[in-house]
Amino acid sequence: MAEALDHPHDPLAGMSTDGLRTPAVIAPGHDFNSVTDKIAGIVLTKRTPIGWFFGFAIAFAFLLLLNLTIGKLLLEGIGIWGNNVPVGWAFDIINFVWWIGIGHAGTLISAILLLFRQQWRTSINRFAEAMTLFAVACAAMFPLLHTGRPWLAIYWLFPYPNSMTLWPQFRSPLIWDVFAVSTYGTVSLLFWFTGLVPDLATLRDRAESPVARKIFGVFALGWRGSARHWHRYEMAYLLLAGISTPLVLSVHTIVSFDFAVSVLPGWHATIFPPYFVAGAIYSGFAMVMTLAVPLRKFYHLEDFITMRHIHNMTKVMLVTGMIVAYGYVNEAFFAWYSANPYEGYMMLNRMTGPYAVFYWSLILINALMIQLFWFRRVRDNVALLFVLSLFVNVGMWLERFIIIVTSLHRDFLPSSWDIYTPTRWDFAMFTGTIGLFLSLFFLFIRFLPALAMFEMRTIVPEAKLQGDHH
Amino acid sequence: MPQIFNRSANVLSKVSIVGGLLLVGGLLGLVMLLGRSSYVTRANEFIEQPIQFSHLHHVGDDGIDCRYCHTSVETSTFAGIPPTKTCMNCHSQIWANSPFLEPVRASFRDDKPLRWIRVHDLPDFVYFNHSIHVKKGMGCESCHGRVDQMPLIEQANSLQMDWCLNCHRNPEQFVRPRSEIFTMGYRPAVSQAVLGPQLVKEYQIQPSTTCSTCHR
Repeated sequence: MAEALDHPHDPLAGMSTDGLRTPAVIAPGHDFNSVTDKIAGIVLTKRTPIGWFFGFAIAFAFLLLLNLTIGKLLLEGIGIWGNNVPVGWAFDIINFVWWIGIGHAGTLISAILLLFRQQWRTSINRFAEAMTLFAVACAAMFPLLHTGRPWLAIYWLFPYPNSMTLWPQFRSPLIWDVFAVSTYGTVSLLFWFTGLVPDLATLRDRAESPVARKIFGVFALGWRGSARHWHRYEMAYLLLAGISTPLVLSVHTIVSFDFAVSVLPGWHATIFPPYFVAGAIYSGFAMVMTLAVPLRKFYHLEDFITMRHIHNMTKVMLVTGMIVAYGYVNEAFFAWYSANPYEGYMMLNRMTGPYAVFYWSLILINALMIQLFWFRRVRDNVALLFVLSLFVNVGMWLERFIIIVTSLHRDFLPSSWDIYTPTRWDFAMFTGTIGLFLSLFFLFIRFLPALAMFEMRTIVPEAKLQGDHH
Repeated sequence: MPQIFNRSANVLSKVSIVGGLLLVGGLLGLVMLLGRSSYVTRANEFIEQPIQFSHLHHVGDDGIDCRYCHTSVETSTFAGIPPTKTCMNCHSQIWANSPFLEPVRASFRDDKPLRWIRVHDLPDFVYFNHSIHVKKGMGCESCHGRVDQMPLIEQANSLQMDWCLNCHRNPEQFVRPRSEIFTMGYRPAVSQAVLGPQLVKEYQIQPSTTCSTCHR
């Protein structure tokens, strides 16, 4: 056993050679059965933990707040929000970008880490992908609802032969956004569902209630685990990973074009695409951390989501966070180097204007606080990492707030300068989508396997003993 | 382990894939068709008026010119709805005691206008001007249909934007000589393919299709 695991290219190598420094991707002592029992048990148990009801109730309360807000919005119009000339875009696009960014970690984990054969992705990919889907669902609410009457907005968003012979403006990044996000949502859903099929079959076979068996059975698509099934599954999964990989980079690039293609100081910057993509992955990993820490704690999944995962996620956050911090430096540098008075003023206004406190908070979080991740003692402290990941979420939200609001509220014409203040409905909508996100996530961990059982089975030592090296 | 599903589930699952696609596609198609149907556009639908005024009789049988009643069509955005006095020009003499025309006489006596129901009702966000269309050789019939054959007036076209744009993009297919504007059942003397482009040039027709042409 030790020999098989000591293979230098084996991602499990750390397990035996250097167990203390690099924790394994799965705690020792697990076999096929124990993995499946543990993960399937969360779904198939008859006794839902009381804590689940407690958490779901809170999330659901916020979901109801979202419904209330949407009702009010549809009845009264988007005037209930605080955005108005000159800040025509505010919470709606801040939250859209924030949610879309969060989704990126799921795709990165499931697609890119799969192609790079990073085995540590295995225990976190399933719920990270679910997170992606739910985040995209939350994100999509904002552009749809900011149209005020979404059922009339279909022809603004989608090109189809309508009775007005009107087409969207294909030169606008906003229509690129529609395609980027809808492609992203579709591919993410397919990827997630394809990965679920073998596990749904396991649940179908293990479920005791006939109704559950039927439901899992329908979605398992008749999976029997034959060699042909596995062959096709592997092919489909790899293809989907290949399709998803460019999406990790393209989606947030296009989101950044919403700003970069305009001519507004603070938006019109070539650094935006890479800076946005890095920020997306950074915030996404923060959200995975935010979800993973309580998940492993309350469901006792420490054996599967090990310190290795926690460390790796922290390191990804550190790297991408540093890229984001470089973006901040770059923005400030170019504001000075351009010698353009508007660019210069934009930066000065960010640093010393009415929103300066938010700017310095985000610098504090995204540039300074993450330096803590260099320290092993911080990376080992799960509770602290949970708190820090919440701060990262806040920091990335502030980044979007600063980019959007400070550029708009004082532009070229001082006579039109104004101060933007969000209303209570802005906050209701934002917290409401968090409620939607968490409600979906609670339902997900209750009714679907939050970790990929069959993939977890490939990383237990039992799988290696059979000499299968791909 | 017993089977959860019957053998028929195999067929059902395959059918559901095709069926699902057809259902979604069909529903989308249905919605699009419905949006263009006369149910939505209210084309080809008789509308109850205070008096069942017949264009078939007045235009078709009597040969009254459109402009006798719709006086401002050549000079104004609005073609004009005639006052009761216009009706009474004739109906104080003919059918003067017809019970059918009592509402007209009542309107005249009490000096209260007849409340006609608008049939060609463009949305308020559309600017439309009759005079420029008449001036550029657009016949009444092109938009309003064979009014001389309508016992009760009805909307002959969808009035949807693609219908407007169809002419704004291809005016040569619809233009006619100015002398034929008010003719019903007009047939071009020479082929429209020859005449159309000539008239477009002669009348200097440059139909704009920018948004603000109609949405001002």
